[in-house]
Amino acid sequence: MSGFLRELESIDRSLLKDRIGRATEAEARRLLSAKASGGNLPPGSVAALVSPAAAGLLDEMAGLAKRITALRFGRTIQIYAPLYLSNHCVNSCVYCGFNSGNLVPRRTLSLEEVEREAGALKGRGIHQVLLVSGECPDEVPVGLLAECARRLKPMFPSVAVEIYPMSEEDYRILFNAGVDGLTIYQETYDKETYLQAHPAGPKRDFDHRLGAPERGGAAGFRQIGIGALLGLDDWRMEACLLARHAAYLTKHHWRSQVSISFPRLRPAAGGFQPPRPVSDRDLAQMIGALRLVLPDAGLVLSTREPPQFRDNMAGIGITRISAGSKTSPGGYLDEQGDAAGEQFSVHDSRTVDEVAAAVRSRGYDPVWKDWDAGFETDTPNRQGAA
Amino acid sequence: MDLKPLAIAGREIRSRLFMGTGKFSSPAVMARCLEASGAEVVTVALRRVELGNPQDDILSRVDRNKYLLLPNTSGARDAAEAVRIARLAREASGINWLKLEVTPEPNYLLPDPVETLKAAEILVKEGFVILPYINADPVLAKRLQDAGCAAVMPLGAPIGTGRGVKTADQIRIIVEQATVPVVVDAGLGLPSHVCQSFELGADAVLVNTAVAAAGDPVKMAEAFRLAVESSAAARMAGPMNESGRASASSPLTGFLR
Repeated sequence: MSGFLRELESIDRSLLKDRIGRATEAEARRLLSAKASGGNLPPGSVAALVSPAAAGLLDEMAGLAKRITALRFGRTIQIYAPLYLSNHCVNSCVYCGFNSGNLVPRRTLSLEEVEREAGALKGRGIHQVLLVSGECPDEVPVGLLAECARRLKPMFPSVAVEIYPMSEEDYRILFNAGVDGLTIYQETYDKETYLQAHPAGPKRDFDHRLGAPERGGAAGFRQIGIGALLGLDDWRMEACLLARHAAYLTKHHWRSQVSISFPRLRPAAGGFQPPRPVSDRDLAQMIGALRLVLPDAGLVLSTREPPQFRDNMAGIGITRISAGSKTSPGGYLDEQGDAAGEQFSVHDSRTVDEVAAAVRSRGYDPVWKDWDAGFETDTPNRQGAA
Repeated sequence: MDLKPLAIAGREIRSRLFMGTGKFSSPAVMARCLEASGAEVVTVALRRVELGNPQDDILSRVDRNKYLLLPNTSGARDAAEAVRIARLAREASGINWLKLEVTPEPNYLLPDPVETLKAAEILVKEGFVILPYINADPVLAKRLQDAGCAAVMPLGAPIGTGRGVKTADQIRIIVEQATVPVVVDAGLGLPSHVCQSFELGADAVLVNTAVAAAGDPVKMAEAFRLAVESSAAARMAGPMNESGRASASSPLTGFLR
């Protein structure tokens, strides 16, 4: 049993819900004052900060979040892009375009295609790449992922993965092949909601997934990204539990930087309707609250969000955004439109250059590179690395 | 500033204000801040630079005829990574000065004393001029001096906190025992923190976030320059509470003769 699973199971959800409901504006205001005068807020503070009572303090919270973010991260925004390797998937996640029941064209890129897609990304100025794949170990075994990483490593200072949960040993294989970051969303921290959203496939194993970030930390990844898929369950509860999860990982895997993403499901015509939709104000409050409690965590916003929201949130907690993303395998070079199905619709279709220009116009410097895999090649951190 | 130039590894450095180059809203703002600060020593995080790419922003914006570029190894989690970064940097740039940073914990970014010493010992032997970023630990500072480091850079408070010289008592001991220059680095948020550092006896200070995150970064860079000049003037003037010079010129006990 993973350490955080034990902690999660010890949390009384109805008490937590009650705490969020009973929080007062005065309590939230006290927390803001404490933070403004330089104190640290414990993860439990998130309950009051995301409470309906604190909604009226959104502007103050945003101002403080902006200040704290500037101290730790400066006036910079990191830029990355995903590279979809495969949309084959054995799962049936009700919200996902890769759902095994969907009749969409499926494709796994060959190594040569991966290199060509990577070349296209590199040509657009991207230096930090996130390899993404559906869950289909037959199509995309760990060995293939490791080989992709080995081929991409000379091209990109940072290669991270967002893939199905693996064992610590498999994560170590990826780390040794040059992967420096692992992103894996729990989707929801409510087990019941989780089982409803994942009716079939190996992903039904909530516990196995929850332990993945810890296994990644043990394997040595420099960056560990977590997140909840917003819209599945009560976002306020998810925010509280995300903060607990981040705090747990920070304490137990102290050499890895923890980041949190905010993937939001949006109601789509004819598509999946999120049972608990999250408004822009809700999401801004959640981001602000987590920034106040986790001043050092990277906070990530992808192209699931539209330009206006992303541009405004950059610096207000958010430190890292994707740009120019295509969410289907082969999407960067496919000139006929997407040959294979997308994972989700992109709501910010601006080019990398346009996103960077928007970042600059807000008074932030786009950061393309923040590490170099080449720094590690012959260090003990990567035993056996090529 | 009228204090005699600071000498590090045989090089004379005019300004006792060192500047960092991270966290600025644009390379142009950074360049203006460097100018306003009067700094000569400028640190650059190698993890942000594309080594070997002459077009790279940070390197191209810092005029190497004007500034002494001090590459740093921020992000290194152990000695081996720091050593590798140092070697790659020297290979690509020809610079053998290095601000050694080994910060395995990504939140407070506090330096790892064990790995820092290990890396310093290796790099000094390879001919690098090493300025290690350390916690304000006097014994570690001595060990690093013994290893051949050209200066020590104890922190006032964790990076980016702006909390000031929280380690004042320890820094006082480091200064007292130092045989190399002491540069107070990290945590300085206000010009008054610079003054405090110099009053403790520091030889120089390094500032980054306090300028980059200020409302008007260029104005703040100038404020820090003035603080350094003010501190230097005060040191030359001889503060009343640490000088017996006044009694030397007209001794109270002169009548006894």
